[in-house]
Amino acid sequence: MTEPTIGIVGAGKLGSTLARLGIQAQLPILIGSRHKVEDLKWVIDTLAPGTITLTTDEVIERADVIILAIPLGHYLDLDPVKLAGKIVLDASNYWVEVDGTHNNISDFKRSSSEVVQDHLNNSLVAKAFNHMGYHDLEIEVDRHPDVRRAMAYATDHDEIRPTVEHVITAFGFDPLFLGPLRYGLLLEPGSPLFGEAIPRDEFQDKINTIYDSPYGQKIITERGEKIK
Amino acid sequence: MTEKKYQFGLDTFGDIGFKNDGTPMTGAETLRQVVKEAHLADELGIDLIALGEHHRSEFAISSPEIVLSAMAQVTKNIKLGTAVTVLSSDDPVRVFERFSTLHALSNGREEIMLGRGSFTESFPLYGYDLEKYDDLFEEKIAMWQALLEGKPMNWNGKLTQKLTDTTVYPQLPEGETIATSVAVGGTPESIIRAVYYDLPVVIAIIGGEPTRFRPYVDLYHKATKQFDKPERPLGMHAHGIILDDEKEAIEVGWKYIKAEMDRIGIDRGWAPMTRDRFEFEIDKGSYYVGTPETVAQKIAKNMKAMDMQRFDLVYGTGGQLLHQREDTIRNYGEKVIPRVKELLGGDGND
Repeated sequence: MTEPTIGIVGAGKLGSTLARLGIQAQLPILIGSRHKVEDLKWVIDTLAPGTITLTTDEVIERADVIILAIPLGHYLDLDPVKLAGKIVLDASNYWVEVDGTHNNISDFKRSSSEVVQDHLNNSLVAKAFNHMGYHDLEIEVDRHPDVRRAMAYATDHDEIRPTVEHVITAFGFDPLFLGPLRYGLLLEPGSPLFGEAIPRDEFQDKINTIYDSPYGQKIITERGEKIK
Repeated sequence: MTEKKYQFGLDTFGDIGFKNDGTPMTGAETLRQVVKEAHLADELGIDLIALGEHHRSEFAISSPEIVLSAMAQVTKNIKLGTAVTVLSSDDPVRVFERFSTLHALSNGREEIMLGRGSFTESFPLYGYDLEKYDDLFEEKIAMWQALLEGKPMNWNGKLTQKLTDTTVYPQLPEGETIATSVAVGGTPESIIRAVYYDLPVVIAIIGGEPTRFRPYVDLYHKATKQFDKPERPLGMHAHGIILDDEKEAIEVGWKYIKAEMDRIGIDRGWAPMTRDRFEFEIDKGSYYVGTPETVAQKIAKNMKAMDMQRFDLVYGTGGQLLHQREDTIRNYGEKVIPRVKELLGGDGND
């Protein structure tokens, strides 16, 4: 596979960490944020040297795979036309500190990445890179060079799975396919899978027992059944 | 006052402690204990004690300045700080009044560390919108800087009050100020903002290999050039337990630090700490747990690698038995700090 160009949208804690990991893995990385290029470039040149800082529009235009490292609440700022046809890895989460105390965006019936996919209606969205804390993205990769940590993902588009798995692998993780995008609910904040940086077999065990957890029980209560 | 080359502090959130027989202390007993601990730290010549502000059951301190002013009466030299004052959910005018009062009562030993706050309980408690978290901090840190100028305030805030030619009392004595620093986690913008306001930065490094934060240190230095600001002392804050017996220190940590991290993790979506991760944190990561020599070596190594002039040890994490808290403080003051200074090559304090 030709190495896809990765474009990161958002240059905060998560975006700058992913850029650093990508550069360490010798991937071509572009990054853009709501800040002007001149204000962001020197910051990124320091935090993730080798990353190319551009405007968000340029990042979207030039990248093959876009990673959304923005607060979920900003998803409407993304232009569906510009992102049409692109593979989009949605790493965003609903976060009360930025998105507000009441989540009016997603719920147990409509998971946050489904909302993002509905907005980006001509993009190929996968939920990925959301369930591991930004500290752990680096700590756990460095700490276990021998046993890779599972990075779960979900998408409705089977055709992008090889590329998504390639990118996750290139970043240093072990891709684990959960199923269609609605299964991404299992990776959201509050789930026992959220925050996990563990090997695939342990992660799989936690998936298998998820409906025993209070979060799993809540899914059944709210949806009337397990995710199917 | 001449600046010391290195500064060593103790930080606590006022974790509810345990008596030596294992029974939990009340919040009130913990508060009185923390004042005693400040007295001990002062006698040992530790540079600073800094208190966090929390509004939850595990921690006794919600009003740090009141505790600090009690400490001011039983100590002589130690600086009395916060770590942190959650400015976003406070009123900068009231914060100024409390700290200028503390300035008077402590003869200028107060220090304030501002932070956006990684705990968020104070927002609903005081009626602030959490979603304005960032905007509140931005506006209030600017207001704080204006208050420190000591002139009558003219302020037209968006999220704060309007003031016209208003003097805030008690005024600071002519030429004196409230030493202010900023606490940061992993948000690049926080470092840039601190530099913009010419405030020293303390980085909370509570997990992983500390040198992972080196890019943020580089960012600090680069930002000073970018904004043409002077370099201020950089500091770090981390958890530690220092006992004469290495194994005991590790087991105390496993019991109490794990309990606290797991409790906080429930709110933050962190997975419970594994033994493997805990041991990694002691071995190569961010926990300073062990004998005085082990801890001193680790502090010195990381201060050097990160170009730090200030180190704050968080003691008593998760509560701990009284003698464990006090032994940590005693070992830190008597053995660790002198040894770290020696390892760093001369303390430059005289």
